[in-house]
Amino acid sequence: MGKLELVGAVMVLGLVIVAVFAPLLAPHDPTRAVAATYGDPGAPSLAFPMGTDQLGRDVLSRIIYGARVSLTVGVAAMAMTIAIGVVIGLVSGFFGGAVDAVLMRFTDVMLTLPALLLAMAFVAVLRPSLLSILLVIGLVSWTQVARVVRAETLSMSARDFVFAARALGASPSRLIARHVVPNVLPIIVVMAALGTSNTLLLDAALSFLGLGVPPPTPTWGRMIEEATIYFRTAPWLATFPGLAIFYAVLAFNLLGYGVLRERAQ
Amino acid sequence: MLAFLVRRIALCAVVLIGTSIITFAIAFVVPADPAVTMAGAKADPQTLATIRHELGLDQPVYVQYARYLDRALHGDLGRSYVRRESVTHLIASRFPATAILAVAAMLVSLILGIAMGAVAAAYRGESTDNVLLVVSLALVSMPVFWLGTMLLIAGGLYLHSFPLGGYAGPLSLVLPTLTLALGAAGYYSRILHTNLSQAMDQDYVRTARGKGLSGARAMMKHAMANAMLPLVTLAGLDLAGLLSGVVLTETVFNWPGIGRLAFEAIFNLDIPLIMGTVLFSAFLVVIANLLVDLLYAWLDPRIRLSGAA
Repeated sequence: MGKLELVGAVMVLGLVIVAVFAPLLAPHDPTRAVAATYGDPGAPSLAFPMGTDQLGRDVLSRIIYGARVSLTVGVAAMAMTIAIGVVIGLVSGFFGGAVDAVLMRFTDVMLTLPALLLAMAFVAVLRPSLLSILLVIGLVSWTQVARVVRAETLSMSARDFVFAARALGASPSRLIARHVVPNVLPIIVVMAALGTSNTLLLDAALSFLGLGVPPPTPTWGRMIEEATIYFRTAPWLATFPGLAIFYAVLAFNLLGYGVLRERAQ
Repeated sequence: MLAFLVRRIALCAVVLIGTSIITFAIAFVVPADPAVTMAGAKADPQTLATIRHELGLDQPVYVQYARYLDRALHGDLGRSYVRRESVTHLIASRFPATAILAVAAMLVSLILGIAMGAVAAAYRGESTDNVLLVVSLALVSMPVFWLGTMLLIAGGLYLHSFPLGGYAGPLSLVLPTLTLALGAAGYYSRILHTNLSQAMDQDYVRTARGKGLSGARAMMKHAMANAMLPLVTLAGLDLAGLLSGVVLTETVFNWPGIGRLAFEAIFNLDIPLIMGTVLFSAFLVVIANLLVDLLYAWLDPRIRLSGAA
């Protein structure tokens, strides 16, 4: 294991711990006014290391709780992305011909559509909720996975061991499940890590645009959006939630890119 | 070459039709009744029926789609329900602001990305390479809207010289351009690094070095040309994506481009404007794809002769 993915893995683990143990780690209730400075953002202090927001809520506690939503949406949307992408990629690469042509033209169409705009439009229509957000993110971001899995499946399906299994009378479903999938799995793992950094960014962006998981649940993206009007008087309000997103995305990028680099060498 | 051209253009048409169907479907997912949006909630049934008839909403779906496609092909994307203006006109009036920003960001990100990628590849395996790798991954991992906000804070609060948003003169271009360019620069530097590393292991580079060329000169003179081509392709496609509206950056900097337009359209559930901006974006990407492919075929005979796209 290289240094990159090790650092990435440790960072991801840290994120998971923060999300799981949020109630134990957060010094305050993230949805309650705890500072005396109600109505004005409070500067970072010993009692509130990351300051308090305009409603007197503790920014650190909100960031800690925000990890829960981000990680849930990020991982669930990634699972959606991988599920759709793997099925389309496997079917397309394994069966080829007309099936492949139709599925790949459909992928081309999806690739030309602006993902963020499409996601915004659908979330706005379906009303923002945990479920609608992760469904929509999954639906707009599977194209890359499908293409990579298809390419990998194509090259695997042409190998001798698949021919041999076919000659022995294995059914297509058995060929896919027993011979193709295990060999495509490593690249799927890489795509899953890199995909999570993508879904995290999309989720944060939707949340920043007012289309995230609705209040009172704290989300990092909305914290930044709410902080923009205070950027002159309370710059820390936007800084810390952004650092949290940055940390989470970087963690998954290091993990995915590290594994990818190990594979290439 | 002609066969390749025909094939490629036919493919484009297929993709564009698919895109238009999905865009058209948006109108049916949106729960808002266009007639109510236009006439207001208190309109009487007679007025609503008249508006529906004028919009062709009383026709079967396939007739509506055919009419939509026909008008779109003639450059008519309908009228905004909220702004009461032609969608084509609205997009055209917002396009220059987005285009300036997109081109500036593309130039900066290419220059930065190529510089970082080339330096990293020149020091392959050394600490400079590793530092640049981490820097580029960090750049890619920053949320655009947060980077924009941070630049606003730094530029507006501490440097005092940058306008805080809006579209007013070259100075107002600096912060949004950087916001867009930094992430892309990190991405391009990784791709160039990979390509350069592969090219440096090729026989022609080894030959050049065998003739006595230094590593850096062999890289710049021989490997660079081959490593740059895929990067330029990618940049061409990304430019189309940028041109079609950089929603987040335009929101942070209150930039009067297509991204803001689309954002407002979505919040007002202004269906023709949503459909128009999405279709326009997709159209740009398809055209960019086509141009890049044709350029490739023209540069590389192996592609046009094999007929593969």
